Amino acid sequence: MIGRVQLPSPRPASGSVLRIPSLDRRQILKSGLALGAGLVMGLRLAPRAAAAEAAAGEGLNAFVRIAPDGTVTVLSKHIEFGQGTYTGLATVLAEELDADWSAVRVEAAPADAQRYANLFFGIQGTGGSTAMANSWGQMRTAGATARAMLVAAAAAEWEVDASEITVAAGIVRHAGSGREAGFGPLAERAAGIEPPAEVALKDPSEFTLIGREDLPRVDVPAKSRGEASFTFDFSVPEMLTAVVAHPPRFGAKVASFDDAAARKVPGVVQVVAVPQGVAVLAEGFWAARQGREALSVEWDESGAETRGSAEILAGFRQKTRQPGAEVRKDGDPEGALAGAAKVLEAEYEFPFLAHAPMEPLGCVVRVGDGEAEAWAGSQLQTVDQGTIAAILGLDPSKVRLHTLLAGGSFGRRATPTADIAAEAAAVAKAAGTARPVKLVWTREDDIRGGYYRPPYVHRLRAGLDAEGRLVAWHQRIVGPSIVTGTPFEAALVQNGIDSTSVEGASTLPYAIANLGVDLHTEPVGVPLLWWRSVGHTHTAYSTETFLDDIAREAGQDPVELRRALLAEHPRHLGVLELAAGKAGWGSPLPEGRTRGVAVHESFSSFVAQVVEVSVGKGGMPKVHRVVCAVDCGIAINPDNIRAQMEGGIGFGLGAALHDEILLEEGRVRESNFHDYRSLRIHEMPEVEVHIVASAEPPTGVGEPGVPPIAPAVANAWATLTGESVRRLPFRRALQERS
Amino acid sequence: MKVTIDVNGETRELEAEAGTPLLWVLRESLGLTGTKFGCGVAQCGACTVHLDGRPVRSCVMPVESVGDRRVTTIEGLSGDVADAVRTSWEEIQVPQCGYCQSGQVMTTIALLSRDRSPDDDAIDGALAGNICRCATYPRIRRAVHGAAGRLKGGRG
Repeated sequence: MIGRVQLPSPRPASGSVLRIPSLDRRQILKSGLALGAGLVMGLRLAPRAAAAEAAAGEGLNAFVRIAPDGTVTVLSKHIEFGQGTYTGLATVLAEELDADWSAVRVEAAPADAQRYANLFFGIQGTGGSTAMANSWGQMRTAGATARAMLVAAAAAEWEVDASEITVAAGIVRHAGSGREAGFGPLAERAAGIEPPAEVALKDPSEFTLIGREDLPRVDVPAKSRGEASFTFDFSVPEMLTAVVAHPPRFGAKVASFDDAAARKVPGVVQVVAVPQGVAVLAEGFWAARQGREALSVEWDESGAETRGSAEILAGFRQKTRQPGAEVRKDGDPEGALAGAAKVLEAEYEFPFLAHAPMEPLGCVVRVGDGEAEAWAGSQLQTVDQGTIAAILGLDPSKVRLHTLLAGGSFGRRATPTADIAAEAAAVAKAAGTARPVKLVWTREDDIRGGYYRPPYVHRLRAGLDAEGRLVAWHQRIVGPSIVTGTPFEAALVQNGIDSTSVEGASTLPYAIANLGVDLHTEPVGVPLLWWRSVGHTHTAYSTETFLDDIAREAGQDPVELRRALLAEHPRHLGVLELAAGKAGWGSPLPEGRTRGVAVHESFSSFVAQVVEVSVGKGGMPKVHRVVCAVDCGIAINPDNIRAQMEGGIGFGLGAALHDEILLEEGRVRESNFHDYRSLRIHEMPEVEVHIVASAEPPTGVGEPGVPPIAPAVANAWATLTGESVRRLPFRRALQERS
Repeated sequence: MKVTIDVNGETRELEAEAGTPLLWVLRESLGLTGTKFGCGVAQCGACTVHLDGRPVRSCVMPVESVGDRRVTTIEGLSGDVADAVRTSWEEIQVPQCGYCQSGQVMTTIALLSRDRSPDDDAIDGALAGNICRCATYPRIRRAVHGAAGRLKGGRG
């Protein structure tokens, strides 16, 4: 396992199969509705609401509860960390329930792999932009089933035929008798009714909430008023705060430590060794941090990664000359390259990247007698729960895990090692205290703590014939595997190919007769992780900028070339045409400004972006405007889709312009936002988002906005300056040039 | 040591070690968790509070240096500017994860309290120290303009 923490691999609950969408994603998506319908019986498995829950209403199934005052509480099996899932899931359920939107609330569902599995994963968890796609059928069915139970309750109460009852905006009516009631008075009776085995779902033409422009997010008022509570804000009585001194190099361990000075810091309660380092437990954050400052730790670095980024990347570059494991081969790419009139070649380098969510990482654990309770912004609940249980020697059913709102994640809270939950449990165990423990990471812990987007080197070659037509394409990718050695390996690594290393390259949509992709998997001793849009973060960049190089060489317009090569891909073509049209592709621009385009599919959503760029301060690109077109199937919450595209663009742009994690002799150079900079408001372009009307089942929007932005900017930059940027971030590429 | 500070219009007496940042006194001693920890080094703005109406980074301000200045946190906001900003934030649907938004709102209120018609450059200048990793920046700009419009009586 790549990572500092060696733990027994947590496995999903007995009998379930860990299934992550990968190559068979489309098939899974197509069966989404069937999966949902199949769950009608599954919903019945929900136990009657526990006493505490009953106070807040009657559970009609695992996903909805209705209170006597008519409040509809939707239980979200997915974490909300900004992507809008709470609102999205509630919209879908409330649509089929015919609820009054103003009465809808959302709560995190408890950790429970049986009731609340991600239907694409087989365990509970959020990632791969799957929340809406996997829940679409399930939440519709849950809403429709609850509606049918309310109707049956009303029919029984009013002694009328259920088929004569209508429901709209939270009111149940029987026109014949003139009777009507809100959901509240009917809820208790409805909860006792056997759910129907089958329910009819609405025709999309009947939707009143799905697709509505003015449906507000459920979490916005609290988040605008400082009232939303995150893990950092969470507390329980008698709670201690813990920080951990981590080794300066990945793979190092504690050799010895002197805690005499740390223990003298007022407020410090305990200092304990844990597998991850040395933990200081104190009455509050500041005392814990001061205690850690006062610690003296000797590290055993014999097993540590001591290479720097430069050495790691140099090793990768050497591999670009040797054939790798075959990922895709259409036609005869090598033969066609050998016979080409003109061959283009380019090599790309991508750095380590940290996720740096605004809320640093944390987890609260309370160890009781034969049981435990934990609170965290948990993204892979089943893995976190199983890991805490394994460390504490408990059955997972004895660990109650509460999912809290998280201040961003971008993938960081979804670790196959459950690193934060594991560290919190290890600290609580080592301390042996009955007091609850809140583990918190500082920003320095976060930036230097690993679980990075891995570095990669790509080598691309293209062959043009005498007429300038693209006849051959070969892409070689060199880099580490994110998932090898994790519970996700079986699902995501096939024939030695980690699909997360090549996605976007292996799925290149362009009509090229001779197309090859191969891969060298090169381990590094640094914990690695998916980072918002995963493999697409680098494959979209190399493929989309290389295609522009080809267009320039062939004297073709970049949009024209893509249009010609995408004839068989209507959804790619749809977003390309929409973005190009709305951006006025080809129309005059102010002096010193150029346009660039990129189109990319990720997580079954299609996004094209056209940017306008000039040379800004310090010779860096200044991005003025981004026109973005997205096709994510049925648009559940259009305003949230726009927000996610805006956010993905800003997130991707910040990393492309400024950010890298640089290892120097195995030590991380960056430590906080002064040197891991992030995009700031004055660098944020105007963003205009256009959504393709679609009747396809909904797909994700959390990640797909990210991949096209960096290559679109690079393409505009190349047109503007004649310079192809092949190393990210721009800041480094442009510094090294000058 | 004993410290006396004025927070949200109330005089609070409390015990704190010298050098403890105001942020942790607010969050842990007074339970005012609306003010967030993001970086600890005055780089991200999540911990922004007002001292006598001016925005400061509470994560690097030792509590004993507050003196008799009035501390206002997001929990203690009132007045027409605060109302306009909160209303505009909801109308434009600014937050995503929401973690930085207290700081964004506090900085915006301080800006609009001294400049009721900021242009984009003024907005960018005032908010350049507030990081949003979700990049809600376009909506923050719109919401600041929206709040400015409300204060002029143009809307709401």
